[in-house]
Amino acid sequence: MGAPSPLRWRLGAVLEVIEETPHAKTIVLEVPDWPGHVAGQHVDIRLTAEDGYQTERSFSIGSPPEQSTVELTVERIDDGEVSPYLTEELRLGDELELRGPVGGYFNWRNEDGGPLLLIAGGSGLVPLMAMLRHRAATASTVDARLLLSARSLEDVLYREELGELAAGDGLAAHCTLTREPPPHWEGFARRIDAEMLNTVGPAPARGPRIYVCGPSAFVERAADLLVAVGHAPAAIRTERFGPTGG
Amino acid sequence: MSPISRGFLGRRPQADAARVPPGQYLTRDFPVLSAGPTPHTPLDEWTFLIAGAVDHPVSWTWDELLALPAETPTVDIHCVTKWSKLDTRWKGVSVDTLLENVETEAEYVTAWCDGGYTTNLPLEDLTDGKAWIAYEYDGTPLAPEHGGPARLLVPHLYFWKSAKWIRGLTLTLDDEPGFWEIYGYHNYGDPWREQRYQGDR
Repeated sequence: MGAPSPLRWRLGAVLEVIEETPHAKTIVLEVPDWPGHVAGQHVDIRLTAEDGYQTERSFSIGSPPEQSTVELTVERIDDGEVSPYLTEELRLGDELELRGPVGGYFNWRNEDGGPLLLIAGGSGLVPLMAMLRHRAATASTVDARLLLSARSLEDVLYREELGELAAGDGLAAHCTLTREPPPHWEGFARRIDAEMLNTVGPAPARGPRIYVCGPSAFVERAADLLVAVGHAPAAIRTERFGPTGG
Repeated sequence: MSPISRGFLGRRPQADAARVPPGQYLTRDFPVLSAGPTPHTPLDEWTFLIAGAVDHPVSWTWDELLALPAETPTVDIHCVTKWSKLDTRWKGVSVDTLLENVETEAEYVTAWCDGGYTTNLPLEDLTDGKAWIAYEYDGTPLAPEHGGPARLLVPHLYFWKSAKWIRGLTLTLDDEPGFWEIYGYHNYGDPWREQRYQGDR
């Protein structure tokens, strides 16, 4: 086996900036010679100021491997250094330095099969959305359950698209709104708990592959609950981002 | 040479810029990186084992570990996910102390943990005051999400090498890639050379 080739920095051109929620935007990038990625992976972004100062952050890829462009959905952290730049300053035609894809564990490929249990806190949905889009793009009907925890309905990313995906075969999408459920809301309206996990399923006996992504405290709680209701710790893959991820 | 990001002003570190490796930013929080659920092993079932290419394996119970001479290093830590934290205060047992009576020809170590996590390091990166088995952070018992009851602390390498929930060191003659090293991270992980991913020089 030879030495692995380094992940080199590439320049992506901003093709489109899509407002997803009041706090989050999707940046659509055209990346020359993009080597392809697996659903769940992320990229590193590097910004350079005029005096040469640089900083880097990681962002999950939301687009599926089947798509030729690379999409990142970025939630603005108001006191962050990078996310406000990406959501407020970056515009069509700008170039963005990135390298990747990165991450070989928090991945799902169609051939990995299911059942799938995807649990997202807020913008933790992004890498899980890449999995659901990959599932749809490969016409997979593998049993998939999504549980998304968001503060309010307007904070839910990709809401229309999730509705369309859930109308297809084998995907059940559940949402819990922890702060402001709208009137006549029929979904969950509390922090995730064991009863909610049992309702969403699949049962531990079916041995689902489980992916949990979100803020650290959310992931900690969700993973503890999953173990408590009987899921195998080794079946639970987590990806966390801290409050300073911005 | 990187192109300038139009309109990016940036927020330079206020102080100690020389202590922040390339591509890192300073945080006052203590973010968490782990691949799975947090294990919770009862302390009365906890042991620490040094085994592998050694003349005699040695192990300690939790109480025995706490009874060993402790040190209180204050160190800077650097996570591959880009945050760095300066002047973190720990308490734990130097790996030198644990290896005092161990005879070995091994040049490498696999640290293994509750939850199945492993990471590999050259043995010389764990000796001569460079590494600890830490059980207190900032004056309090190490929290489970940060690796409690005990984690490896090897501050001169990216922090994934400082394995959480550590239960033992297996000394090996050959270098055997651990968990993140198999899944795409750099085999050695020197933050000052920005060795984040496989292939980084």
